[in-house]
Amino acid sequence: MSCFLTNSSVGKKLVMSISGCFLVLFILFHMSMNLTMLFSWQGYNAICEFLGANWYALAGTALLAAGVLVHFVYAFILTINNYRARGKQRYAVTVQEKGVSWASKNMLVLGVIVILGLGLHLVHFWSKMQLVEIMGAHASVVGGLDVPATNGAALMMITFSKWYNVVLYLVWFAALWFHLTHGVWSMFQTAGFANDTWYPRLKCGANIVATLIFLGFAVVAVYCYLTSTPQLIEEMLTYVG
Amino acid sequence: MAYKLDAKTPAGELAQKWSNHKAAIKVVSPANKRKLDIIVVGTGLGGASAAASLGELGYNVKIFCISDSPRRAHSIAAQGGINAAKNYQNDNDSVYRLFYDTIKGGDYRAREANVYRLAEVSNLIIDQCVAQGVPFAREYGGLLANRSFGGAQVSRTFYARGQTGQQLLLGAYAALNKEIAAGSVKSYPRHEMLDVVIENGEACGIIARNLVTGELERHGAHAVVIATGGYGNVFFLSTNAMASNGSAAFQCYRKGAGFANPCFTQIHPTCIPVHGTQQSKLTLMSESLRNDGRIWVPKKMEDVEAIRKGTKLPSDIAEEDRDYYLERRYPAFGNLVPRDVASRAAKERCDAGYGVNETGLAVFLDFKTAIERLGKDTIKQRYGNLFDMYEEITDVNPYEQPMQIFPAVHYTMGGIWVDYNLMTTIPGLYAIGEANFSDHGANRLGASALMQGLADGYFVLPYTIGDYLAKKIQAPKVKTDTAAFDEAEKGVQARIDRLFAIKGNQSVDDIHKRLGLIMWDNVGMARTKESLEKAIVEIQALRKEFYADLKLVGTADSFNVELEKALRLEDFLELGELMARDALNREESCGGHFRSEHQTEDGEALRHDDKFAYAAVWEYKGIDNVPEMSIENLDYEFVHRAQRNYKD
Amino acid sequence: MNFTLKIWRQRDAKSQGAFETYKVENISADTSFLEMMDILNNNLIHEGKEPVAFDHDCREGICGMCSMHINGHAHGPSQAVTTCQMYMRKFKDGSTITIEPWRSAAFPVIRDLVVDRSAYDKILQAGGFISVRTNSVPDGNAIPIPKADADESMDAAACVGCGACAATCKNGSAMLFVAARVSSLAKLPQGKVEGARRAKSMVAKMDELGFGNCTNTGACQAQCPKQVSIAHIARLNREFLAAKLQD
Repeated sequence: MSCFLTNSSVGKKLVMSISGCFLVLFILFHMSMNLTMLFSWQGYNAICEFLGANWYALAGTALLAAGVLVHFVYAFILTINNYRARGKQRYAVTVQEKGVSWASKNMLVLGVIVILGLGLHLVHFWSKMQLVEIMGAHASVVGGLDVPATNGAALMMITFSKWYNVVLYLVWFAALWFHLTHGVWSMFQTAGFANDTWYPRLKCGANIVATLIFLGFAVVAVYCYLTSTPQLIEEMLTYVG
Repeated sequence: MAYKLDAKTPAGELAQKWSNHKAAIKVVSPANKRKLDIIVVGTGLGGASAAASLGELGYNVKIFCISDSPRRAHSIAAQGGINAAKNYQNDNDSVYRLFYDTIKGGDYRAREANVYRLAEVSNLIIDQCVAQGVPFAREYGGLLANRSFGGAQVSRTFYARGQTGQQLLLGAYAALNKEIAAGSVKSYPRHEMLDVVIENGEACGIIARNLVTGELERHGAHAVVIATGGYGNVFFLSTNAMASNGSAAFQCYRKGAGFANPCFTQIHPTCIPVHGTQQSKLTLMSESLRNDGRIWVPKKMEDVEAIRKGTKLPSDIAEEDRDYYLERRYPAFGNLVPRDVASRAAKERCDAGYGVNETGLAVFLDFKTAIERLGKDTIKQRYGNLFDMYEEITDVNPYEQPMQIFPAVHYTMGGIWVDYNLMTTIPGLYAIGEANFSDHGANRLGASALMQGLADGYFVLPYTIGDYLAKKIQAPKVKTDTAAFDEAEKGVQARIDRLFAIKGNQSVDDIHKRLGLIMWDNVGMARTKESLEKAIVEIQALRKEFYADLKLVGTADSFNVELEKALRLEDFLELGELMARDALNREESCGGHFRSEHQTEDGEALRHDDKFAYAAVWEYKGIDNVPEMSIENLDYEFVHRAQRNYKD
Repeated sequence: MNFTLKIWRQRDAKSQGAFETYKVENISADTSFLEMMDILNNNLIHEGKEPVAFDHDCREGICGMCSMHINGHAHGPSQAVTTCQMYMRKFKDGSTITIEPWRSAAFPVIRDLVVDRSAYDKILQAGGFISVRTNSVPDGNAIPIPKADADESMDAAACVGCGACAATCKNGSAMLFVAARVSSLAKLPQGKVEGARRAKSMVAKMDELGFGNCTNTGACQAQCPKQVSIAHIARLNREFLAAKLQD
């Protein structure tokens, strides 16, 4: 297989496609998991507990981190390459071509917003959950409360009780939406599974996936904001399953 | 000193001539081919296919083209198709029938043996192109489709939508790329040949100008092939590409190559009419449109006037008030008469006052009947791109209103004289495709130009050139530091310096447009003794004006399009006069050459076989001297010459 | 009609270029864009100035020579036509028109609006052909080809090699051009024989020449004068990846 994945344009794009595909699948899983919150925060916490610092969860996390890293590093390599290919002298007048989506031309910017959001998200949640367990502890202090590492539900309620967090997350989800409307059909194109008959279907599918993901995440954040009360958080923190 | 013209036509039965000839001529061994260099100038169908085939054989080939890539050559613009005698339609086609149609279409002014060979190799061309991946139109069964073209009663034209020339050229260009990659062909794009170098009476190289840097370069070779197309742009307005020119051929003529039948110009009947004075070129609407389109003008003068004023739309004219004049005059061939006949018929109607636009120089090409018969979708499928192009240019929707068309200069049957081996009167100098004169006589049939270009390049020249090169196997590489090269380069430099030194007031285009008008008015669709004599005087005067009043900007040592154009115009100013002289000499009408004094009672071309059954071959005698004419008698051994009849 | 033209002028590849402004007056709506440029140039010559260099040839949209970037569009604002097929009626009387050369690292400017597109030739030389010798071929009807395949091959083969795709692409990618050739030949049985080799060598050459990476924006297809579809890029990807996975 030599190294066409690192030295050819189409190969590099395939890496973007496959890593992107993997990330989309993860996000879909994450979203389904979050949706549990709407029905049973106890159920949600059960999943959190299951996905603690076990070897399989750690392996999964490592793989995921690698996926993000590869997708991100390749994106930068490709973009720098593309910027050079465009030449030093740029057009004085440019336009948005008909039928070309805004997202498709701004994937890197959108990607960077997504990464920034991810950083925030890791600080908000991962650092208080899996990281705590990896460090050998069992709880951390959030907003003056002792929150156990497996109590994702309480963490969510605390985080989304602040309106500005909800807004930040919605912006993040929106960027992800744009990124996915292009990314999802594009990964099929790059892998060679597309044609004129399938473009409308693939693009429609991409919009559905992106919208599902946006709604799935947003609805939980908003739900938490609307239902969050100190009493509920107290109840969550003292609940013994 | 007149030429001793030996066509080297092989003896024997018509159908055996080419085989016999191939068996008789010499070949060069692979080891020796590697030692021999060939220059091919021009990369259209002829040049590209020749260079690719010669490279494949093992020769060292250099190709030159004026555009930025070999793929831009104007062969690319041919729309309709390419003829071959495959008889895939089972309509009783044969090599003989294709040969006969071509000879007859050319009004019996082509060389019999050459035309038969053309028809004979036509089938190989289709096979070759299919193998190269040319996406010819196919039927549902997966086999090749055909359509009909003018001058034929069988369906033998192979096509790739309305872009046949493009696809064939891309095939030849791909073959060329294969050889460039293999190292046997070296490509020189954006280079223009400005002189051919002759040493000891043999062609031994060219002087080319690098169009980017302006540098003059010397290139030596054991043989030089001219494949630079036709000289229709002498008329300024034509269907040729803007850069198409007659200069390479004209340098050969200046250096002593005979120029044959320069007056044979094809005026294509279906072009978009001229508008205004700012137009730069004329756009062809493919002849294939005449498969389904019907040509007419109104019968009544009042309708003509109403259409011109815009008070009536063409579609308002009732069937019985339309004059489908081609169907009326030529019932057997109808709208599919040869081009010269269709063009003259349009001129006849317009001269009679029935022209349908404000200039009075247009007739209708109508698809109403075809749309009714076949449906709009079928018509769209067949001609969609042409209809779109028409609407883009004229702002008229041809699905609703008929197209307006008028004849325009399209192709030049005349060209450098060549023998059966395609060698000119200068040993080692070859001319192929439109640049030579041999195959189309006085009129070319539609879909035959592509056929000739590829026949010459793939299947004729690669064999015949070996006969000459076999004598060169002991010859060393051609040196370019000889007196002959010095002199040629100095000559080119002097020409360039002279043009810059004029410092007059008229741009190249100003003068070229005036030349075009002189040519169109006097050496166009109908010519008379008076008009031709007038043209000669006027062209001579214009040439003087050119040398006294040309305004040339920029410098010689840079990318300078004006200089390129000025050099080409300089040649056109002599070529135009040569065309007029040839037309004046040919006191008969034949094919595209129509002398008004020589016509039948019905207004058809009247040939005088007793006096003019020859090719007129002109020899250069200096810019202001009358060239000397030699003749090659066109003896017809196998075909009986007859008055062309497309009526029944 | 009257127009103000802002045109990129650059003496040669090494010089710095800049925009210059010109006026053209009394242009008929039926004048083609390039005829308008001819008029401007003729005026410039009469003023003793050097005319604007621009590539053009057939002026019927097939040779692929013309190459201007007009008001932000490769080949101007009209859809599915080359610059030479655009008529002034498409522009607003009195408007300003900005004309730039193709901008792409692989297409250096030669002069004014003329760029060097030899990179495209080099890509085709790397494998954009079927290796058949002259005269060493079967009968044209020996290989039946389904009409749909021949039609699709023709769709791709309609590419005129003008360079608009790479010039438009924000990534300077030549994928549509490369894909058109690879896909056209891949749809035909004759072309399949060396399909793997062709896809690999053409992509390698494209990368080597400094073209960018396709990010599937579809801008190329939107500006392609021949409306070549990015479906051909998908096919190129497929051909290339399948070939590489077999190595």
